[in-house]
Amino acid sequence: MSAVLRAEGLTRVLPGDVPVTLVEDITLEIEEGEFVAIMGPSGSGKSSLLYLLGLLDMPTGGKILLNGKDTQGLSEDELADVRLRQLGFVFQFHFLLGEFSALDNVLLPVRKLGLLPEKEAVDRGLELLGALGLADQAKKLPGQMSGGQRQRVAVARALANDPLILFADEPTGALDTKSSENLRTIFGDLSRNQKRTIVTVTHDPSFAKAADRVLFLVDGKLQPPERAADLFAVSVR
Amino acid sequence: MNLAVSIALSHLSSHRRQTLVSLLGITLGVAFFMAVTSLMQGSDADFIRRLVDGSPHVTVYDEYREPRPQPVFEAYANATVELRSLKPRTEVRGIRQYKEKLEFIASLPHVRVAPALQGQAIVTFAGKDLGATINGVVPDLMRRVSTIDEHFIEGSLESLAANPDGIVLGSGLAEKFRVGMGKNVTVASPVGVVRTMKVVGLFRTGNAPIDESQAYVLLKRSQNLLNRPNAANRFILQLDDPYEAPEAAKVVEAAVGYKAQSWQEASQDLISLLKVRRIIMNSVVSAILIVASFGIYNVISTVVLEKTRDIAIMKSVGFHARAILLIFLIEGAIVGAIGSVFGVALGLSMMEALASVQIKTPFNTEPTYIPLDWGWSPIVMGIGFAMASALAAAYLPARKGASVHPVDILRGAA
Repeated sequence: MSAVLRAEGLTRVLPGDVPVTLVEDITLEIEEGEFVAIMGPSGSGKSSLLYLLGLLDMPTGGKILLNGKDTQGLSEDELADVRLRQLGFVFQFHFLLGEFSALDNVLLPVRKLGLLPEKEAVDRGLELLGALGLADQAKKLPGQMSGGQRQRVAVARALANDPLILFADEPTGALDTKSSENLRTIFGDLSRNQKRTIVTVTHDPSFAKAADRVLFLVDGKLQPPERAADLFAVSVR
Repeated sequence: MNLAVSIALSHLSSHRRQTLVSLLGITLGVAFFMAVTSLMQGSDADFIRRLVDGSPHVTVYDEYREPRPQPVFEAYANATVELRSLKPRTEVRGIRQYKEKLEFIASLPHVRVAPALQGQAIVTFAGKDLGATINGVVPDLMRRVSTIDEHFIEGSLESLAANPDGIVLGSGLAEKFRVGMGKNVTVASPVGVVRTMKVVGLFRTGNAPIDESQAYVLLKRSQNLLNRPNAANRFILQLDDPYEAPEAAKVVEAAVGYKAQSWQEASQDLISLLKVRRIIMNSVVSAILIVASFGIYNVISTVVLEKTRDIAIMKSVGFHARAILLIFLIEGAIVGAIGSVFGVALGLSMMEALASVQIKTPFNTEPTYIPLDWGWSPIVMGIGFAMASALAAAYLPARKGASVHPVDILRGAA
């Protein structure tokens, strides 16, 4: 296995009269096909780390290498292109476009990329929705679907361009137990059967259990593996 | 359908009521812009047409633009010369060797020319004396350079050719004398020549100073009356393109030496007035569309505010800032374009309604209608201004939308 994502000395400080350090000196590697969960108390910088790794935010120190390529110095447009082609995102709130059907939401990145003819794009969207148990929901608007269904549409959208890495920020955070369980199964399937590289932030130990590795953040700092294991054990209890 | 267009349409349809209000604003703006512009341009054109038709495009007078310098000043150009007790030379008025000059002007392309001898005379009828301007003309040539033929209420310029002692009077002058066709009037010139002339025509231009003071006779007859044999003191020029008059006047003046005045030079004050009127009109109608564009600003600002999460997700998916900017500019353009289409339809209806309004004046028995410009320019200007103001109104909120930083929104939502 090789590292698809490598962070070296990653630091993010919010400027201001009193600068706030979100994450500090984080070095990590994510292997291809690995399912990594990031845990930690509220305000520990989990989401901030995810946004940095997902190239949504720019570090104030350190660098990120995606597939061995340094992303430092890329313009906003170039970063957007990288996100479109190689990264997928699922957030706590589904963030679907309310006026678009489930299928159109899934096709948003596909159409933006514009590599597939419309018919093939639609087939791909329907295939993804079908794989997530939403074959009969394709024409529905987000407002006509349950929270769990909407989040599965968001997962389908994140997978639409067949990303190198799937990032998820508290994907079960706004779901009921049943929907959370469902999503956990989906992520487990994506990791085990489809060998997808997944990086997820979660508060939910049962969700993190499905991961190959759990990283623990405290006050913006990545905890050593042995300390992380202890902290995870505590969180499970 | 293009992705940006479909997103833009979805935004607008989600704010149907606000979008409709914005559309209505642009529709009314374009319609009023078109109607008022057409009205003003039509009345400008009508005014200019009347000005151009009612007066020569270029008039050559028997006078010089600059007084000729004394020879002594030319001989001693670098010396200080003082000339005392200068007595002006008495010159015979009129254009010297006018026939040669007339031939030269007639040889110019796109130019028609007629000579005239104008002078003052006293017209007497039934014991009443009135001053009049006598215009000696050659009817065949005069018809080619003037619209006077169109203003005859009785008789014609032809009547002059058939009757060498005939005179054509302005209607106002004839009414003052209470004289009609076929009556004889006495015409006395300042040089003492008195002739009895028969009224063979009456004209009414609608311009009271002209109708109450002008009279036409044959050129030869006016030469007799004014004791100026073989003389003319005016050349009246008509051009194929009246707007070429200033250039034509320069060419003629350089060639013949006499002052040649274009209709624009003669009516500078009126043309300036028209310019001021046009500026006022453009300001007023532009204000209509600027106010209408606030509706677009309002709807797109609202969409941007409400859709910041959508913008954040689109950016996180990989939309560039300019793609977001484009979506909101397309929204402005859609409202502008649809508003323009309805606006043009409504504007044309308003113009039809205005064109059917009949105006009757107590002095004019023939009904007249509001002059309108039915050309493309009011439509093109209306659409152009509507689109420009729609895009300008969309640009500010669009720029704000494009500058949304997804992480700020994602953090806020979490």
